[in-house]
Amino acid sequence: MKKENVIVAEELTKAFGDFKAVNAISFEVKKGEIFGFLGANGAGKTTAMKMLIGISKPSSGKAKVAGFDVYTQTESIKKNIGYMSQKFALYDDLTVKENITFFGGIYGLSRAKIKEKREQLISELGLEGISNKLVGSLPLGWKQKLSFSVSLIHEPKIVFLDEPTGGVDPITRRQFWEMIYKAADQGTTIFVTTHYMDEAEYCDRVSIMVEGKIEALDTPKKLKEQFKVASMNDVFLKLARNIEL
Amino acid sequence: MKRFIGFIKKEFYHIFRDRRSLFILFGMPIAQILLFGFAITNEINNVDIAILDHSKDATTEEIINKISASKYFTINQMIAREADIETAFKKGKIKAVLNFEKDFSKNLIKEQKATIQIITDATDPNTANSITNYINAILQNYQQSKNKGIVVEYQIIPQTRMVYNPELKSVFMFVPGVMTIILMLVSAMMTSISITREKELGTMEILLVSPLKPFQVIIGKVVPYIFLSVINAAVIVLLSIFIFKMPVQGSLFLLGAESVLFIITSLALGILISTIAETQQSAMMISLMGLMLPVILLSGFIFPITSMAAPLQIISHIIPAKWFIIIIKGIMLKGVGMAYIWKETLILIGMTIFFIGLSVKKYKIRLE
Repeated sequence: MKKENVIVAEELTKAFGDFKAVNAISFEVKKGEIFGFLGANGAGKTTAMKMLIGISKPSSGKAKVAGFDVYTQTESIKKNIGYMSQKFALYDDLTVKENITFFGGIYGLSRAKIKEKREQLISELGLEGISNKLVGSLPLGWKQKLSFSVSLIHEPKIVFLDEPTGGVDPITRRQFWEMIYKAADQGTTIFVTTHYMDEAEYCDRVSIMVEGKIEALDTPKKLKEQFKVASMNDVFLKLARNIEL
Repeated sequence: MKRFIGFIKKEFYHIFRDRRSLFILFGMPIAQILLFGFAITNEINNVDIAILDHSKDATTEEIINKISASKYFTINQMIAREADIETAFKKGKIKAVLNFEKDFSKNLIKEQKATIQIITDATDPNTANSITNYINAILQNYQQSKNKGIVVEYQIIPQTRMVYNPELKSVFMFVPGVMTIILMLVSAMMTSISITREKELGTMEILLVSPLKPFQVIIGKVVPYIFLSVINAAVIVLLSIFIFKMPVQGSLFLLGAESVLFIITSLALGILISTIAETQQSAMMISLMGLMLPVILLSGFIFPITSMAAPLQIISHIIPAKWFIIIIKGIMLKGVGMAYIWKETLILIGMTIFFIGLSVKKYKIRLE
């Protein structure tokens, strides 16, 4: 069964003066897919993502997200996506409940819906005892799980995760990925950037960006075969080294 | 609209849960107005002076008595020799020395003139000036009372009347200034800090990715501060009326409306600052250096604009606070209505539109 494409990019480019931060990248992401967007720091991952989520205008090229054009329909895109940034981005001085209510509110959820979501979220994350505590007092891992759940509060078609697991311990990362799988199973498309190569193995397909260009794009298994190495880490190193040579 | 209310509610949580901003919002205005009202004053009161009396006769005694009887001066010490004057000043307590020449009465009767030297400590020039003026006035007064009954051929008698502030209370001058500073501080600095905080924490990005439009985000951040600034303005006016007996001659409604206008001008400045500054710290620095200093130095709040150098006078025109101070002084002290302050009001409106336009433009460039 062929699934529909929810993200399509063609020759998408972002230039700052002469410097092309993102250089004519093309790819598709299918519905329900976990798409890993890999690259070293400064390879252009975040810039590319910003164009897709509608907060940065492309210099040239085409892209559609959830069926909407990134030049003209950013408002519709925003309603259909969730986003979690590499900086932890809930409000530390609001309680768990208040954060959920606030983000539900800005996505225009009804009061009843917010209440339902809030209870569901709190019980799923096991935060019953501390739902009235300020988020600032929670451990980083919990904050990140909460942040991810909040980015899904309006049941978006696609969720963009920008280095979501930076700075958390391996166990929490593992739990975080379980949450990602669960969301993907329910039909949410996951677009995730990371520079942890072991996480790349968890993705359905990965693209590897080097200096603004997509240098490789396939399933982790095929990439490893193609480069004749045992791990994604080696794929990445090989690619990066080739570029340098 | 419902989204908007949720947003504003969140903004109030931020404000009320942060002790620092609560203090700036409510502690500062009250502390400042009391400080300026009670402690900081240009008035001369109980200034310590010393006397060096070379003649020690009836006239000098009368003059000395007259001076010490006034509430302005306290005679702290009698000096015996010229050489001691310097020591007296260096100790720091004495602000002026009156030096009566030898044979004062005798000279006065024989030659119809006698000299008093007034030596003042001019490390603080304004105070030195006022002290000299006050002493001169007392001497004049004494002279006039002595000359009573004597026909002098030509005499010009100036009759001065100080209008709008007959008791020359400096608090009347400070209240409009302090009110301006506080509204500026709360509106411009606090909003720019709260907007840059969202940038710094990364939550601004989340908000921009949400279906909220950028202008809704900004308005949502600004509305609570309008509300708090209005409360602040009211507290300041009430304090000045009830504690400092400052009159509000003009319409309270007009005063309120003009204050809201100035609050909006300041908020527009705050938004502009937040489009430039990336961190809370730089927003604070820009607000303090770029707004507070000009308000204190160039708005005419403390230093009269008419005595500034020409280039500074020109610069003072572009400072919104200057116009607002003219407006509130007019309303509170002179009781003027719109007919007298429409020009200043229009200037403030124009500035506000300009700042908002500029911020919108800057904001768009950032998003490109």
